[in-house]
Amino acid sequence: MSNDIKNNEETKTNKVLDRREFLDWCLKAVPAGLTMTACGFSAGELNADEGKKHPAVNESQAEANYAMAIDIAKCIGCGRCANACKKENKVPDGPHTVRTWVERYVIPREGETMVDSPNAGINGFPELPENTDILKSFFVPKLCNHCSNPPCVQVCPVGATFQTKDGVILVDEKYCVGCRYCVQACPYGARYIHPTKNVADKCTFCYHRITKGLLPACVEVCPTQARIFGDLKKISSPIHRFLRFHPIKALKPELNTRPKVFYANADQEVR
Amino acid sequence: MEPAIQQVVAALEPFTGYIYPNEYYLQWELLIVLYPYLTGLVAGAFILASLERVFHVKALLPVYRLALLSALAFLIAAPLPLMSHLGHPERAWEMLVTPHTTSAMAMFGFVYAWYLLVVLLLEIWFDYRVDIIKLSNEKTGFMKLVYKVLTLGTTDVSPEAVKFDDKVGKFITVVGIPSAFMLHGYVGFIFGSIKANPWWSSVLMPVVFLFSAIVSGMAMVMLIYMVTSWVRWKTIDMACVNKLAEFLIYVMLVDFTLEFLDFIHRLYESEESIQILSQLITDRLFISLILLQVLMGGLVPLVGLLVARFGKFPDEMRKMFYFVCGVLIQVGIFSMRWNVVIGGQMFSKSLRGLTVYKVHLLGLEGLLMAIVLLVLPLVVLAVLLKLLPPWLAEKQEQKTA
Repeated sequence: MSNDIKNNEETKTNKVLDRREFLDWCLKAVPAGLTMTACGFSAGELNADEGKKHPAVNESQAEANYAMAIDIAKCIGCGRCANACKKENKVPDGPHTVRTWVERYVIPREGETMVDSPNAGINGFPELPENTDILKSFFVPKLCNHCSNPPCVQVCPVGATFQTKDGVILVDEKYCVGCRYCVQACPYGARYIHPTKNVADKCTFCYHRITKGLLPACVEVCPTQARIFGDLKKISSPIHRFLRFHPIKALKPELNTRPKVFYANADQEVR
Repeated sequence: MEPAIQQVVAALEPFTGYIYPNEYYLQWELLIVLYPYLTGLVAGAFILASLERVFHVKALLPVYRLALLSALAFLIAAPLPLMSHLGHPERAWEMLVTPHTTSAMAMFGFVYAWYLLVVLLLEIWFDYRVDIIKLSNEKTGFMKLVYKVLTLGTTDVSPEAVKFDDKVGKFITVVGIPSAFMLHGYVGFIFGSIKANPWWSSVLMPVVFLFSAIVSGMAMVMLIYMVTSWVRWKTIDMACVNKLAEFLIYVMLVDFTLEFLDFIHRLYESEESIQILSQLITDRLFISLILLQVLMGGLVPLVGLLVARFGKFPDEMRKMFYFVCGVLIQVGIFSMRWNVVIGGQMFSKSLRGLTVYKVHLLGLEGLLMAIVLLVLPLVVLAVLLKLLPPWLAEKQEQKTA
């Protein structure tokens, strides 16, 4: 008996709406929907207000943790990455305002290691003197390390430089006071002061691209795939495989900045 | 002077070795050298005032009020170099309204406001309250109005009220000593806490800054006292300047020991950065560090003060010695700030090269601006001295005597 009642109730809830009930449902649902939409819009506006602070933050990306790996053995020092970065991000012209650059290391058999990066490596590198007795030479692309423990974020007096939920370090150019403390605090020389905006500027991992599922410009143009970009939280991301099969070094690990730019095949001279 | 010649030659080249591309331009220039220098003078002058007030060093009474007013004048000027070096000065208030709590720099506004409003202004007001009331009665016209406003409506000059002023003043000074320590220790922390920079990153930095601040502040008040006495055709109280010289010697010894300890410690630890830092000293900072800071601004005035204070000299000679030593100390401490701020940016964080700093003449961060900002506190002080003459107490004492 009780089973019958139960079955009846189930059939009640599962039954198809008749016309009267449908109209009734519409009468209730439409105003409710309108109210919710209105609430939704106002909530959206609130977010937009917050968004004024950090416009690039994309909530939907909160699950990611972006990182880059660089295979030094593969870099040929063509400087395309540095060039693409300048174009993609409208980085001011000139060799002393760069978001990414390529360094050439020349380690002689005897004596001091020589490093250079003329015009960030964009136009390639000059020939070495013929009689240079070289032990080895290689290229090292550099950029913001998007540290997990970022000293630049720590020192910013207004919080204009911040870490997004997906692990990227950004600067809010509408908020930055231009005190330059972050430039001093960065151990990697990754920051510069934008000459016309007078605010701190740096690599964003091409945030405008990666949040759309594209690769950073430097990764995209690298002809040898020396730069690998990916999401550390996603096991299928190519960076996982790369980190798994290469001996990895981070720059200046003693400073405990916990960089998220990982170098494979890096010589001890790299710093 | 081979290193000196090398330094001049080096200044003609843009940089040597390898520097990261973004390190080509120095971020903090001359104005940021001024900032710790001016703040140091504030802290030093206040500590000097507290010696009389809290520790009852009666010989220093003639400079007590002068020290307080000097501290105020320098404190008013101190944030100006900071403001004018910002990329967006119009956003500076964000540091106060939306401070980022983990930033040492964001705390500046609060430390500054606390020191200016709670410590210095209150102490000066309580100390001058009776004088201001008297002046508001004596003066006429506009100045009467000014003093009336400065009384903040108080009229009570009864002995009980004066006693209360004294009590409160003393309490504020007691609170003020740790505040002064905080003010300048904190400035040292701004630099000392930057782990990315091996020249700055040192736990001793706040302490070194503090003691050098006391040295510069005391010497500055001594200079101001001597100059104001000469301008007013008054005789300089020898007991007072002798006492000042003694304190200067003690604090300079502590300061020198601390800096030497820092130097030895770095040398002995011999970390990765030692090579580039040695190059920095010999190739870039030889003049400003070895010659100006250590020799001319450190050892020479220290020996000078020792000789003048404990040698057998006529008072006039002694005064001249003190004066010259005071000026040299200012040169030394200014060089110390220079060597920290500019020196810390003249080597690459790649530890592979040195860069060069050329002072601009014009512009917001130029030499002219720096001179204006150095003269400004003296102008402010002149106004303060006119408004609240520190020698009123002197006259009253003479009258009662």
